[in-house]
Amino acid sequence: MLDKFGQMFLAIGVLVAVVVVLLLLASLARGRNGDRLRALFFVGPTVLLVAVGLIYPTVLTIIKSFRGPAGTGAFGFDNYVTIFTREALRSSIVNTAIWVLLVPLLAIAIGLLYAIIVDRTPIESFAKTLIFLPMAISMVGASVIWKFVYEYKPTQADQIGLLNQIIKMFGGETRQFLVESPWNNFFLIVVMIWIQAGFAMTVLSAAIKAIPDEIIEAARIDGASGWALFWQITLPSIRASLIMVVTTIAIAALKVFDIVRTMTGGNWDTSVIANDFYSASFTQGQPGLGSALAVLLFVLVAPIIVYNVRQLREAS
Amino acid sequence: MTTVVATPDPEAGELTPKGKRKRRRSSPTRQTSSPLMTVVAIIIATVWTVPTLGLLITSFREPMDIRRTGWWTAFSNPEFTIDNYVSAMSTSGGASMLDYFVNSFVITIPSTLFPLTFAALAAYGFSWLKFPGRDWLFIVVFALQIVPLQVALVPLMQLYGDLNLQGTYWTVWISHTIFGLPLAVFMMFNSIRDLPPALVEAATIDGAGPVQIFLRIVLPLATPAIAAYGIFQFLWTWNDLLVSMVFLGGSADVAPLTVYISQLTGSRGGQWYLLSAGAFISIIVPVVVFLLMQRYFVRGLTAGAVK
Repeated sequence: MLDKFGQMFLAIGVLVAVVVVLLLLASLARGRNGDRLRALFFVGPTVLLVAVGLIYPTVLTIIKSFRGPAGTGAFGFDNYVTIFTREALRSSIVNTAIWVLLVPLLAIAIGLLYAIIVDRTPIESFAKTLIFLPMAISMVGASVIWKFVYEYKPTQADQIGLLNQIIKMFGGETRQFLVESPWNNFFLIVVMIWIQAGFAMTVLSAAIKAIPDEIIEAARIDGASGWALFWQITLPSIRASLIMVVTTIAIAALKVFDIVRTMTGGNWDTSVIANDFYSASFTQGQPGLGSALAVLLFVLVAPIIVYNVRQLREAS
Repeated sequence: MTTVVATPDPEAGELTPKGKRKRRRSSPTRQTSSPLMTVVAIIIATVWTVPTLGLLITSFREPMDIRRTGWWTAFSNPEFTIDNYVSAMSTSGGASMLDYFVNSFVITIPSTLFPLTFAALAAYGFSWLKFPGRDWLFIVVFALQIVPLQVALVPLMQLYGDLNLQGTYWTVWISHTIFGLPLAVFMMFNSIRDLPPALVEAATIDGAGPVQIFLRIVLPLATPAIAAYGIFQFLWTWNDLLVSMVFLGGSADVAPLTVYISQLTGSRGGQWYLLSAGAFISIIVPVVVFLLMQRYFVRGLTAGAVK
């Protein structure tokens, strides 16, 4: 154990040494072209790291995705054909689509509603912390928490899962929530909504508080209230924040892995693209197919982020 | 950012929106929520807390009780123990959760410090140094946020193999640094670029070089952004599953708590006494960090939205 901390301090020591050397070299730079030389030491490490660690691997992965299931064969589209024809993979794509639709929609609906209700009440900050806290918990931790809620026992037995206990209280038959397809997908999605609603609430609440008072007053004088006020004033005013939250949560849902891996392992028709990527690349020995799935994720994520950045640019 | 309120000039005869907002807070225009809405809020708050509470109570019950009765029965028959935490942390019978806990810690600290340091250096370079291709390079680094880390995992693994680093902490330290850098540079650039140029000019006239300016002026003033990104990266690396699973596997020598708990859920899903205690051991650290630094975290989250 001491050895582990030793390694950690060694790593931090290496970091400090590297920074000292970089700054020393940068301070030696003189003259008209001094900034150019200094930039090499300030910006260089980051550029080098992302070039070797992101750009180069991305190129390799794209190439690999075109070279058969093993990633070493002849050039071809086999892996992409497999993705869209193999039954299990098609089901993962459908599941991923359901995640991407439902998680942002429900997380934002709940987060926004909650933010509006508790806004400017005496317990606002406490009430918000309750919803926000799941954000600090790992998806693995959240999965354990919810797996216990979903725990199954036969109807006549004493229940230990809260949800089945509630069903039993109302006279129903207990269910295996994580096994019965397609509803098990929904019960996994609940966990992600539970994590993301706090994020939506925090950002949107800040945006609502930033709406100038006179706009609200003017709308009120014009007779708007309740729903009309919400749809015609509040919602358009927080449009930029809303887009940011939708895109951020959609990307998180698109790449979801931890929850599926921990709760069902992708069994019972609950797999998603990121889980298939992991299985193909690291357990089934098909890195070529895994690369194609990674590229598919890339192709799906990229336009969302580009759109997001454009919107942010326009807003500012 | 909502915490920074510009004081409006009272002589100007014109109130900024922010000044208005301040007034609105103290005015009694707040509509009281309808009872229905209050009920909705209570339901949401319940669904968001009771599952955690249930597992927390479970983690303090006897293994026998956990398997036989629901945690809610503990209210009528309270009998608690810390045995589950003791057996989770004890070394008898192979690996102890303490090993994984130490691994999580050892993984997280450098994985936070590395990108923080390099991003601060780069953000300063991108905002205050003049060199050819500056804007273009910045856009490339920033745009790399669109690369999902899945795309980079397999080639990185080969790279670490070539460097003989496989199975060591270095694989995750370096990977988390690389994956964190685009966002880190972006967040710090936003804050460092907005520093008043007059400050830098004054320091230059006093004879300070760019390195001194970076250390004595830029870094201290960028502290909020550094804290915001630091807590972000800390939570992300502590809670990460995928990167550690790929590069470290499940060995108690190096793997973090998330990997161990994820495996435990799959293989021994019935052992709730271990799982519940383990889950809370892994949850407690990020929750404490989060509660202590909430202000900075929220600032980091809303920076993108409000900007």
